[in-house]
Amino acid sequence: MTTITTSQTTPHPLLDSLRKVASSYLLRRLGKALFTIWFVATITFFVIRAMPGNAIDILMQDLTAQGVSAEDARNQAAALMGIDLDQPLGSQYLDYLNNVIQGDFGHSYRSAGLSVTKMITTVLPWTLFSVGLSLIITFVLGIALGTIMAYKRDTWIDHLLSNLAATLDAVSPYLIGLLAILFFGIIWKLVPIMEMRGSMSSGMKPGFTLAFLADIFKHVRVLLLVYVLSSIGSWMLQMKSNTVATLGEDYVTVARARGLTDGRILTAYVGRNATLPLFTRLAISVGFIVGGSVLLETLFTYQGIGFLLARSISERDYPVMQGVFLVITVSVVFANLLADYVYGWLDPRIRLVGGDN
Amino acid sequence: MHTSKSSVPDFLSGFWRESIKTLKILSRNKMGLFGFIMMILIILLSFVGPLIWPPETSANVAEINKGVSAKHWLGTDFQGQDNLRKIINGGKDIVTIALITGVLSMLIAVVVGSFSAFIGGRVDSLLMEFVNIWLTIPKFPLLAVLATVLSLKDVIMLSVLMALLDWPALARQVRSQVLSLKNREYIEAATMLDLGTPRIIFRELLPNMMSFIAISTIFEMTHAIYQQTGLVFLGIVPYSSANWGVMISAAERRGVLFNPQAAWSILAPMGAIVLFQLALVSFARSLDEVFNPRLRTGV
Repeated sequence: MTTITTSQTTPHPLLDSLRKVASSYLLRRLGKALFTIWFVATITFFVIRAMPGNAIDILMQDLTAQGVSAEDARNQAAALMGIDLDQPLGSQYLDYLNNVIQGDFGHSYRSAGLSVTKMITTVLPWTLFSVGLSLIITFVLGIALGTIMAYKRDTWIDHLLSNLAATLDAVSPYLIGLLAILFFGIIWKLVPIMEMRGSMSSGMKPGFTLAFLADIFKHVRVLLLVYVLSSIGSWMLQMKSNTVATLGEDYVTVARARGLTDGRILTAYVGRNATLPLFTRLAISVGFIVGGSVLLETLFTYQGIGFLLARSISERDYPVMQGVFLVITVSVVFANLLADYVYGWLDPRIRLVGGDN
Repeated sequence: MHTSKSSVPDFLSGFWRESIKTLKILSRNKMGLFGFIMMILIILLSFVGPLIWPPETSANVAEINKGVSAKHWLGTDFQGQDNLRKIINGGKDIVTIALITGVLSMLIAVVVGSFSAFIGGRVDSLLMEFVNIWLTIPKFPLLAVLATVLSLKDVIMLSVLMALLDWPALARQVRSQVLSLKNREYIEAATMLDLGTPRIIFRELLPNMMSFIAISTIFEMTHAIYQQTGLVFLGIVPYSSANWGVMISAAERRGVLFNPQAAWSILAPMGAIVLFQLALVSFARSLDEVFNPRLRTGV
C-alpha cells in the first residue's frame, strides 16, 4: 500500500527538479526582472513604431518638412532607429528586441552620427555615482534618525523630526531643488551655483586624484543634498514605526531581563530586525530617485542620464529618448533585483518561501 | 425601491441633514476645518476669481520683478505682471488635473483592487503580479516619454494618461484593505445572506474604507499636481495657459532664479501649490472622524 501511494505522489525526478528550479526564489526573481524588461521594451516598440502617431511617423514628417523627399525621409528615419521598415511588423519587433539585447539603440537624430549607446555610456556613470551615493547617505541617515525618533518617542525631538520628515516626504523633489538653488545659491549665497553647472569643471582630467574628487564633489553636493532631503522623510518615518514595533517584541523584553546593555540590544536585536524590511523600500527608492533625476539633473545641469532624457525630449530626439528610457528602466529593474537578493540573503525566511517544502 | 421615487423631498432633507451633520463633525477638528475652508476657497478662487480679476494682457515694463508691496501683495514677475492675479488665474488647470487624475485613478483602483481581493485565486495573483511589475517601472520617465510622443492637447487628456499610469499602486493598497476587512463578521454575514459580490463591495465594504479612499485619492491628487509641474518644466506640456506649474517654469527659464529680487515670482506659485496640498491633506485627515463613528466619541 505504502509503496503505491509514494509512487503516485512523488513526481518524476526530472519534473521535480524542474519544479524546484521554478520555485527557487532567486530564479523566480530573475525571471520577473527579465519579464519586466521585455514588457517595457514592448511598450517602447509600440511607442516608436506601432502606435498611431508613433515616433517614426513623426520623424518622417519632420524630415519631409525640412525638404527631404518622402523616400529619403523614410530611409533616414529607419536608419536612425535601426529598423527595417520594409519588413512585416512582427519581424521588425523581433529585430528591435534583438537590437535591444545587443545594446544597440540606433543613432541620435540631433547629434548627427553619434550612437545612442555611446551617448548613454558617457552620462550613465554620473547618475550611478550621484544616485548611488545619495541612496547610501539617505539609508544610513534615515535609519539613524528613525531609531532616535523611536527611542525618544513623544519627546520634543521626536515631534520635531516627525513633522520635518512628514513635510519633506510631502513636497516634490523638484520644488526642494528650486528652493535649494534659490536659498543656498542666490539669497544666502552659500554655494557658487553658476560654477557648479555640469558634472565636473571643464579641463578636469578624470582619475583618482584629489583635485578631481574635490571637483566632482563640488559639482554634485547640492544635488546630493536635494536627493537626500527629498527621500529621507519616508525612511525616517518607516524606520521609526519599525523600531517602535520591534521594541514591543518579546525577545527584546527577554534581552532586557537578561541584563544586556542597551547598546547591545540596539545593535543585535532592535536595529537588525527593524532595518530588514527597509531593504524592500530601497528598491522603490531607486525608482523614485531615478525618476526625480530627470527633473533635478536638468535643474542643476548635471550631465547624467536624466539630463540626457530631458534634453532628448525637448529636442524631440526620438532614438535617444527611447534608448535612455529603456536604460533607465533596466537599471531600476536590476537595482530592484539586487535589493531583493540582498534581502533574501539577510533574511533566511524569505528564501525558504516556496523553496523545499 | 419605489419609495425612493415618491419621497424625493425626504431624500433631499436627509441629504441636507447629513451635510450639516458632516460639517458639524468637521468643525470640531480645527485642522480639518482649516483644510476644508482653504480647499473650498482655492477651488472657488480658481474658477470664479478669473471672472473678477481677468489676466493682464500686456507687460508692464515699469514694474518688472518687484518685491512685495501694498499694490502687489505677492510682487510682480519678469513681465511686470502681478503675481497674485496670475495665481488666481492659474489655479483652474491645477485643480482640474488634480481632481480628474485623483478620482479616475482611484475609481479604477477600487474596482480592480476590490474585485481582485474578492475573486482571489489565479486572477488575483496574476493581477498582483502585473501590479508588482508595473511598480518597478520608473513612472515619471514613462509619463514624460508617452506625453511627448502622444503630444497631448489639453489638461483632460493629460489627467487621463496620468490616471492610467498611476492606478496599479492604488489598486494594491485597496486590495490589502479589502482583504483585511473581508473576514470581519458583518461581511461574512452579508456573504452568507448571498447578497452578491457587487452589493457587498459597494454597500458593505466601501463605506468602511471611505477615509482610506479619501486619503489615497488626495495623495494621488498632489502627486498629479507635481507630475504636471515637472512636465511643464521639461517643456512637454505646452505653455498654452498660465498655471502654477507654468509660472514656476517660466520664472526658472527667465533666469529669475538668479535674481534675488525676483524670488517672489517663484515662491508665490510654489506657495500656492503647497497651500493647496496642505489644505487637501489636513481635510483628508479629518475625514476619518466623519466616516468612522467610533472616533466621534469625544464630542
